[in-house]
Amino acid sequence: MPPPEEAPGAEFLAVRAARKTYGAVHALRGVDFAVRRGEIVGLVGHNGAGKSTLMNILAGTVQRSGGGFRIGAVEVGAWSPHQAQAHGLRCVFQELSLCANLSLAENTRILHRSLRGPGWRARAGALIGRVIEEIFPGLRLDPATRVADLPIGLRQMVEIARAFAVTDAPLGCVILDEPTSALGHEATGQLLSHLRRAAARGIGCILITHRLDEILAVCDRAVVMVDGAIVAERAVSGLTRGELVGLMGSIEAAREPAAGAAAGFPGAAMIDHPGRDGGDLAVRASAGEIVGFAGLDGHGQRERLRALLAAPRAAGPGGKALRMAYVAGDRAAEGAFSLWSIADNLTLCSLRALTRCGLIAPAAERDLARVWVGRLRVKAPSIDTPILDLSGGNQQKVLFARALASDAAIILLDDPMRGVDVGTKQEVYRMIRDEARQGRCFLWYTTEIEELGNCDRLYVFREGRAVSELAGAAITPARVLEASFGGRHG
Amino acid sequence: MSLGRLRLAVPPWSYGFLAALALWAATTLHSGAGSAGGVLASALAFAAFTVLVGTGQMLVIASGPGNIDLSVPTVLTLASYVAMSVMAGRNALLVPGVLAALLVGAAAGALNYAAIAALRLPPIIATLAWSFVFESFAFDIGGQTRLKPPALLSDFAAARWGGVQIVPLAVMLVTLLAAVMLRRTIYGRHLLATGQSERAARLAGIAVGRVRLAAYMLCGATGALAGVLLAGFTGGASLNMGRSYLLSSIAVVVLGGTSVSGGQANAVGIWGAALFFNLMTTMLNSFGFQAGARFLLTGALIILIVAIVPRRRAA
Amino acid sequence: MDSAARSAGAVRAGRRRDAAAVGLPLGALALMLAAIFTIRPAAFSYFGITLLFKLAVPLIFASLAQMLVIMLGDIDLSNGAFVGLISCVTALYLRDAPARALLIDAAAIAAYAGFGLLIHLRALPSIIVTLGMSFLWLGTAILLLPAPGGVAPDWLVGFMAWRPPLLPLPIWLALAAAGAGHFVLTRSSYGAVLRGAGAHPRAIARAGWSLPALRAATYAGAGLMATLAGVTLTGLTTSGDPNIAPGYTLLGVGAVILGGGAFTGGVVSPVGTVVGALTLSLAGALLSFLAVPPTWQPGAQGAILFLVLAGRVLIAEVTP
Repeated sequence: MPPPEEAPGAEFLAVRAARKTYGAVHALRGVDFAVRRGEIVGLVGHNGAGKSTLMNILAGTVQRSGGGFRIGAVEVGAWSPHQAQAHGLRCVFQELSLCANLSLAENTRILHRSLRGPGWRARAGALIGRVIEEIFPGLRLDPATRVADLPIGLRQMVEIARAFAVTDAPLGCVILDEPTSALGHEATGQLLSHLRRAAARGIGCILITHRLDEILAVCDRAVVMVDGAIVAERAVSGLTRGELVGLMGSIEAAREPAAGAAAGFPGAAMIDHPGRDGGDLAVRASAGEIVGFAGLDGHGQRERLRALLAAPRAAGPGGKALRMAYVAGDRAAEGAFSLWSIADNLTLCSLRALTRCGLIAPAAERDLARVWVGRLRVKAPSIDTPILDLSGGNQQKVLFARALASDAAIILLDDPMRGVDVGTKQEVYRMIRDEARQGRCFLWYTTEIEELGNCDRLYVFREGRAVSELAGAAITPARVLEASFGGRHG
Repeated sequence: MSLGRLRLAVPPWSYGFLAALALWAATTLHSGAGSAGGVLASALAFAAFTVLVGTGQMLVIASGPGNIDLSVPTVLTLASYVAMSVMAGRNALLVPGVLAALLVGAAAGALNYAAIAALRLPPIIATLAWSFVFESFAFDIGGQTRLKPPALLSDFAAARWGGVQIVPLAVMLVTLLAAVMLRRTIYGRHLLATGQSERAARLAGIAVGRVRLAAYMLCGATGALAGVLLAGFTGGASLNMGRSYLLSSIAVVVLGGTSVSGGQANAVGIWGAALFFNLMTTMLNSFGFQAGARFLLTGALIILIVAIVPRRRAA
Repeated sequence: MDSAARSAGAVRAGRRRDAAAVGLPLGALALMLAAIFTIRPAAFSYFGITLLFKLAVPLIFASLAQMLVIMLGDIDLSNGAFVGLISCVTALYLRDAPARALLIDAAAIAAYAGFGLLIHLRALPSIIVTLGMSFLWLGTAILLLPAPGGVAPDWLVGFMAWRPPLLPLPIWLALAAAGAGHFVLTRSSYGAVLRGAGAHPRAIARAGWSLPALRAATYAGAGLMATLAGVTLTGLTTSGDPNIAPGYTLLGVGAVILGGGAFTGGVVSPVGTVVGALTLSLAGALLSFLAVPPTWQPGAQGAILFLVLAGRVLIAEVTP
């Protein structure tokens, strides 16, 4: 479905010279941004570029520090989530906004105030069921299901459907922040075509996503943010992926050939983890190898990584069990220790080597932290900076450094590049290849097909099992997709 | 961790010390300069027991949100009864008695954690249920009678060393050990990591269960030690001896700068909070306040102190 | 992916969980009653049941108060002291100056809401603020009534001794409390918002609700429930005492957890809480009927708590 040549309709909302400061930090430095009725605007930029801040200001969840705000033709001063709702502006936030303890119907009620009084439960259930069927045809969910009992992908679909549901206020615009990060291939397609259908009905949309192909496929206009300011604004028709990346200020690095076993590294076997049954391949890996876990999101890759972490370890040289380190992609919940500085976070897995007579040696600890902060080029004023003061990409670098600084021979990567900007990704890929060359073994679960090019070998997962193994030149997006969907679906 | 906090001119954990100092000054002004030494000495002596119990409670609270030990008062009582029974009033049996008490305390901590882990109970419920059981044990051993300590224990509890009481000094040593353990040992780091995020700690290779088990056992042991010393100080073990330590142990830990959401602990701050509470009671008594007014002021000050502590950004 | 089947399975699992949450303490309650009636058949009568459950009434209301606070993800350590304060106010003023008593009660409830607001606005740990509150309530109560005393109004004593048709009064009150709680929190559309506010406050704020208002209202509700506990307790004891009910704080927490509640916020069951409170208050009676020596009664109470909660783990294990 090609985007229309020209965005129809009147301006729905606009901000002028919007600013937001947190203390000395300028999250937004004077942004002009508008969305028209029936227009789909793609918002791209690195992590920390200010996209989420802009979105929160539009949604009323964050108050702007300065600048004008207009809804329709009306200038507004203070703006609250309640007003945003009443004017038909809805948001799908990156971390989900569904209450896990409530059912689908109850969650629908939270957003739609008119669903009250006798029979509200049935009305809410019918409403959400109808919208789910409209956006994701064939997906049938009982509205009495509790959200906690749904997998992450379905929760995301429910939240999207809830935002598109209409009760009393007409729907004007929906803001979607990384809506497809948890969706499978099919659901992503369904969502994108729904956005076009909604646009045809005059509903505007702001789509924030790292997946540039989605912007090119569905948006009318692309807006690029860097460092809290809008640096470029282009009509999407005629725009290429390369141009879009160029606007974001980083070049798409040419893929270097994978090094490791292919480069002639001999490599001792380090992992031999049997599958659960005949249909589940054993996972094997050797020193110097980068082994990928591919497949659609949530098909058992993460579970297998955790099983590897829990399994008894093979003995390394000298007879001691090989150590493992784990780099989590969900930084907030599974990676960073939020009260600690960079140094405390970084050295946690290396403490044994830093201990003299039962006490941790502070000087040695700080030296180790400094070395790795330098080696991974973490951008921070000092190693004592609280980890939460860093951008997402830099936090992820610290977590990488924690694993690399340890004496672990095997490093498990759990989709660590989720929500990390392109520049940081390239730096980390290089680091991983260097470390592998020095004899470390990496097991790398990723949901981004391009990343698999860094692997020497990979296992493709489907329905909880490692169903096929690809190596070297056989690692192509087509082969990976084919294996992910199984022969039946082609 | 340490430098980040130095940015604040007056760190929150020192509020207790400052308030304690102000109360001491007020009491001295009211009762005359001659009383200053005596007031401080008695505050130190009483605070020492609260600090000892609080130090263990701190480790448990720091081990993660929701972790708390409500069985401390009954563990204290039970251990005290066991120690007095073993000692049977004889100086020669002092050491075995103390060891028996420590063993009982550590075992109680292990039972607490076992219930939390095996039955997946919220700590507040598991330790509450055990506290009923421990109370029965103590009841069964001692009943309503007061078990007398051996003379040596009483002497030690009241002993002075160049004018300074021994017990507060010993407890200060415990505080120092706890502070060093938190900052400079692997166990301390693992405990604070576990307290901040159990999942992240697990994935970083920390044996979360063992870390928490140790925290509960240490808490039981410090409670038991406090029980033995308290028996020496007050002339015997009695069934209600632990009662006041339930809420006060939690209050001094939190006012001392330990976060109830876990992962952050301050051993030294406990002293400030404990001195503050004791001096406040002394001051209100010497000003002739009634019990009701005393409670009222205590409550208001607890809320005030918690409310004015600068908040950390939401994680 | 068969989403329909998966969803239906999830719904069934959820229903089973809910049933287990209430069924378990209910089963324990039935077992205890059966034991008591076997030992003392005379207890199986209108009068006997009234006697068994008489003291459960205030505990039910105190537990519901605790439940509201736990629903927000907080905990209330001042619950028992507040009940003591209300008992003093009731015994001192309700008979001779009812307007004054009601005014003080209203002010106390407003104070509860105010502290709830303070906890929210300053992001304070509820455990320590409510600890401070417990001293405030106790201090106020002692200032009002330094020693146990005062007289409950005759109508209140009369009401608590009333013998309504069909079922004994405590049973009627328990049914009414459970029914009202179930309707307001579990079934009504505002109950969904309140439970949501306990589990995921940011989501509720983003949907345009005012968290301060929701939390203040919930704390006020808790204050109201604790006030009912204090009034009914005074109706039973006929006099006021600041230290009458410190045990309610932790017993209430126990009742909420027994009834399927959790400290994670948003997960509470009013019906389960009422059953939990009945179970806990019956435990004492059962132990004395079983002739458990007084020394071992607290221990046996702890054991009962463990047994029922262990049953919950077993059921969770069996249901997928």
